[in-house]
Amino acid sequence: MLSFNGLVAVCVIYVMGLFGVAFLAERRAMEGKARWLNSPFTYTLSLSIYATAWTFYGAVGNAARSGLEFLTIYLGPTLVFMGWFWLLRKMVRIGRAQRITSIADMISSRYGKSGALAALVTVLAVLGTTPYIALQLQSVTLSFAVFAQPGTPGAPDAEQTAIWVAAGLALFTIVFGTRSLDLNERHPGLVSAIALEAIVKLAALLAVGVFVVWGVADGPSDMLSRIEASPVADAPWNGARWVGLTALAAAAILCLPRMFQVLVVENSDERHLVTAGWAFPAYMMLISLFVVPIAVIGLELSPPDANPDLFVLTVPLGLGQDGLALLVFLGGFSAATSMVIVAALALSTMVSNHIIMPVWLRLTRHDDPMSGDMRRVALTARRMSIVAVLFLGLLYYRLSGGADALAAIGLIAFLGVAQILPALLGGILWRGATRVGAALGIGIGFAIWAWLLLIPNVAETGGVMPAMIQAGPFGVGWLSPQTPLGLQATDPLLTAMILSLGLNTLLFILGSLFSFPSPLERLQGAQFVNVYDHSRPLYGWQGAAGTADDLLIMAQRILGAGRAGRLFQAAALVQGRTADLPEPTPDFLERLERELAGSVGAATAHAMVAQITGGASVSVRDLLAVADETAQIMEYSTQLEAKSSELVQTAARLREANAKLTELSVQKDAFLSQISHELRTPMTSIRAFSEILMQSDPLDDAARARFSRIIHDESMRLTRLLDDLLDLSVLENGHVTLHEGDVRLRDVLDRAIHAAGAQADDGPMRIVRDRAAEDVALWTDPDRLTQVFINLISNAQKYCDADQPELAIVVHAPPGRVEIEFADNGSGIPVRQQTLIFEKFARADTARGAPGAGLGLAISLEIMSRLGGGLTYVPGVQGTRFRVRLPARALRVA
Amino acid sequence: MAQRLFLERRTYRRNRLQDAARLLPILGFVLIFAPIFIRGTEAMPGAEGAPGLGDWLVYYFVVWVVLIILTALVSHALIRVSPDSAPVSDPTEDGG
Repeated sequence: MLSFNGLVAVCVIYVMGLFGVAFLAERRAMEGKARWLNSPFTYTLSLSIYATAWTFYGAVGNAARSGLEFLTIYLGPTLVFMGWFWLLRKMVRIGRAQRITSIADMISSRYGKSGALAALVTVLAVLGTTPYIALQLQSVTLSFAVFAQPGTPGAPDAEQTAIWVAAGLALFTIVFGTRSLDLNERHPGLVSAIALEAIVKLAALLAVGVFVVWGVADGPSDMLSRIEASPVADAPWNGARWVGLTALAAAAILCLPRMFQVLVVENSDERHLVTAGWAFPAYMMLISLFVVPIAVIGLELSPPDANPDLFVLTVPLGLGQDGLALLVFLGGFSAATSMVIVAALALSTMVSNHIIMPVWLRLTRHDDPMSGDMRRVALTARRMSIVAVLFLGLLYYRLSGGADALAAIGLIAFLGVAQILPALLGGILWRGATRVGAALGIGIGFAIWAWLLLIPNVAETGGVMPAMIQAGPFGVGWLSPQTPLGLQATDPLLTAMILSLGLNTLLFILGSLFSFPSPLERLQGAQFVNVYDHSRPLYGWQGAAGTADDLLIMAQRILGAGRAGRLFQAAALVQGRTADLPEPTPDFLERLERELAGSVGAATAHAMVAQITGGASVSVRDLLAVADETAQIMEYSTQLEAKSSELVQTAARLREANAKLTELSVQKDAFLSQISHELRTPMTSIRAFSEILMQSDPLDDAARARFSRIIHDESMRLTRLLDDLLDLSVLENGHVTLHEGDVRLRDVLDRAIHAAGAQADDGPMRIVRDRAAEDVALWTDPDRLTQVFINLISNAQKYCDADQPELAIVVHAPPGRVEIEFADNGSGIPVRQQTLIFEKFARADTARGAPGAGLGLAISLEIMSRLGGGLTYVPGVQGTRFRVRLPARALRVA
Repeated sequence: MAQRLFLERRTYRRNRLQDAARLLPILGFVLIFAPIFIRGTEAMPGAEGAPGLGDWLVYYFVVWVVLIILTALVSHALIRVSPDSAPVSDPTEDGG
C-alpha cells in the first residue's frame, strides 16, 4: 500500500504539473498561439467544475442510499444545455455585450446597475458557497484519511491537510486568477488547468467503472443482474423529489457563481455552445455511467458500516488496485480543487467589485474606477477576497469538525443560489421586470432559505441546535424551520424549495408589476431582452495579432500615423518584440487608453479599446460617460470660441492703433519738415544780411539800417514762431495753467481789437459790433480768450480779399452757452481746405504771400478746448465765418 | 419591423432548425419525467414483469444518449446553415 508520504509526494507532483500547465497556457495565450484554449472542448471541459468532489464521491454514496436519484443532478443541467440555443446563448451574448464579470454583476446590470442588489446577490453567493468549499476540503481530507489507515507510516492530521490544501488553492487562484485585471476577465492558465483536471476525474471514474464491470463483475449483463439483486434496487422512489431535484439542478447550473464564471465570463466564442450543448451532457453521462455499478459492488464487498461516499476509493483499494486508487484519489482531488479555485475566483470578483470597492470608493471619494491606482486597489481587494473566501471555507470546515451534516450542504447550496433564478430569467426574458421586484423576490427567497435550511444546517453542523430554532422564535410553532407554516414536512428540502422559490417568484412578479423602473433600468432591460438586436456575436478570441492590428488602425485614426507608430514600437520594444506588433497586455492597453484619452476623452477611449479587445458593445454607462465628456469638450470649445472672438476684437483695435500711429508718424514727419522750413527761411535771410554787414565795409548807413531792420524783423518772426510752437506744445500737453476770473465779453473784445490794431473806425477794415449784446459776464481766462480773438481778427485782416473789408462780430447767448461769430465779407475758404485749416502749418491758398506760420488757428482751437468751449468754421455762408463757443459753466449773467 | 411572409428556402430551413433546437428540451422533459407516472411512487420489487432498477437505468442512459445525439445533430446543422456566423437570431424570438 502506498505510504502517506508517497501520496503527498504524488499530490505535490500533480499540483506542480497543474501549475506548469497553467503557466504554459498563460504564456502561449500571451503569444496568441494557444489554439487549444480557443477550442470548444476546452470550454466544455472547464464546465465540468459542476462535478465537484461532492458528486465525484457523493454520487456513488447517493446511489447506494437512494438508487437513481443522483441522476437528477446531471439530468437537470442536461436539459438546460440541450436548450442552449434558447437560453444559454442569450446569457453568453449578454455577458459579452455588457462586459459582465459575475452573476451579481449580471443581476445588478440588468436592474439599472443597482449596487444594493449586487451586494445582496454577493452575500447570498458567499453564504451558499462557503459551506460548499468546506465540503470540498472535507472530501480531500477524508480521501487522505482513507489512504492513511492505521499502521500507515506518517499518519495524517486532517486539520493540517485541510490547511495546506486551502493555502495551496489560495496561492493557485491568486497566481492565475489575479495576475492582472484583464479587460475580459478571462484566465487562460486557470481554464487550462481545470480542463486537465476534468480529464483526470473523468478518467478516474471511467477506470474504476470499467474495473468494476469487467474486472469484478462479469460484463454488463452480469452487472445488471447484480444490480437487480442488490439492496440499491429496493431504494425508495419519490417522483416529486425526482422532479424537484432535476429542476433544482437545472436552476443551479445557471445560477452557481462558479458555473456562471466558466459558462459566461470565460466564454471566448459563442459557437462553443454548439459543442458544449451536446458534449457537456455527454461528459455528465459518462461521469454517471458507472455510478450505480460501483455502488452495487461497493455494497457487496464492503462491511455494512462502510461509508458509501468513499466506495469509489475503497473498492479499488480493497481489491489491491493501488494504482487505480491513486488515480481515483487524484480524480477526487481534481474535482475538489477545480471547484474551489473557480468558486474562490468568482466570489472574490463579486466581493471585491460589489462590496469592497464601493465601500472603498465611498471612503476615499475617488470617482474614476478605471484609473491606474484604482486597478491596483481592485487587484489587492480581489486577492484579499480570495484568501478571505478560502479562510471562511476552512473555518466552516474546522467548526463543523467534519460532520456528516456537511454532506447535505450540496443541495442546500443549490437552492440558495437558485433564489437568483427568477430575477435572472425574468431579467433576460421580460422587459417588465424591475429592480423592486428583483430585490423583493431575492430577499424573501434568501430569508426563507436561510431560515428553513441554512441556519438549521449550520446549527446542526456546529452541533448546537438552539431552542429558538427548534421550537420557532418566541415559541411560535409555525415559524420553526422544522414545521414551517405548521406543515409536518417530510422532505425539508422540497418544502423549503417550494416555499422559497414560490414566494420569490410571486413577489418578483408582483413587485415588477406594481413598481416603475428608472430610465436606466428600462434601457438596460431593453438591452438585455433584445440583446440580439444590439450586439454582434463574439467569434473567438482573435488572439494577439488580430487585436493588435485593429488597435493600431484605430490608434492611427485618432493619434495620427506617426505618433501611433511610435507608441506601438515603444511598447513592442518593452515587450521584447522588435519587429512585431506589441501584445495587447493590460499594461499596454492601459497606456494606449491614456494616450487616446488625451484626444477623445477617457470614457470614449475606454469604450473603443474595450470594443476591439473584448467585442463588447457600448453600454449605457459608457454612453453616459461619453456624453458627459462631450459636454465638457463643447464647453471648452465654447470658451475657446469666446476667447478667439475676443482676440479678433483686440487685433482689430491693434490695427486701428497702428494705423493711427502710422498716420501720426506721417504727420510728425510733415510737421518736422514744415517746421525746419519755417525756421530756415528767416535764418537764411538773417545769415545773408549779417554776412553782407560783415563783408562790405563801404556800406552806407541807410543800407546798414535797412539790413539791420530786416535782421531784426526776421529775428522777431523767428521768436514769434518759437513762441507759438512753445505755446502750442504747452497747450497740447495740457500743461497750461488757466487764470480764470470774472470778465466781461465786451472788455475782452475791446482788448483784442485794440491789440490787433483794427480800430473800429479808422482801420482799413471796418468792424461791426453790437456793444449791447456783448455785455455778457464770463468766468474764463481773459488773456487766453483775448489771444483767440486776436488771432481771428488778424486772420480776417490778413486774408479778407473784399474791396471794402468788413468784419462783423455777433454775439448770441442761447441758454447754457455763449457764441461769438466772426464773419467777414471776403470770398471765404474753399470747401476742400475747410477741414485742414485747424491743422498746424496749414494755410489756405488765399493766404499765400501773407506772413504767418499757420499755427494761429491750431493754437486757438487748443485754447478753446482747454477753456471747455469750441472753435468751428461755419461753412455754407458768404465770406469766412468762425464761431467761438463758450460753455455754460463759464457763463455768469450779470 | 415588417416581416416577409415568404422566406428563402435556406432561411426557412434555418428557422425550422431553430424551432427544433428550442423544442428539444421539451422532448427531454417528457422522456425524463415520463417514468414518474409509469413507475408510480412505490417500488414494487415483487411484481412480476415490472421493470426493475437495472431496466430503468438502461432506459435513462439510452434516453440520455439519444438526447445527446439529437442535440449534436441539430446544433451542428444550425451551424452549417449559417457557416459564417453563429446561428442568426430571427426577430420573432426576442419576445421571449
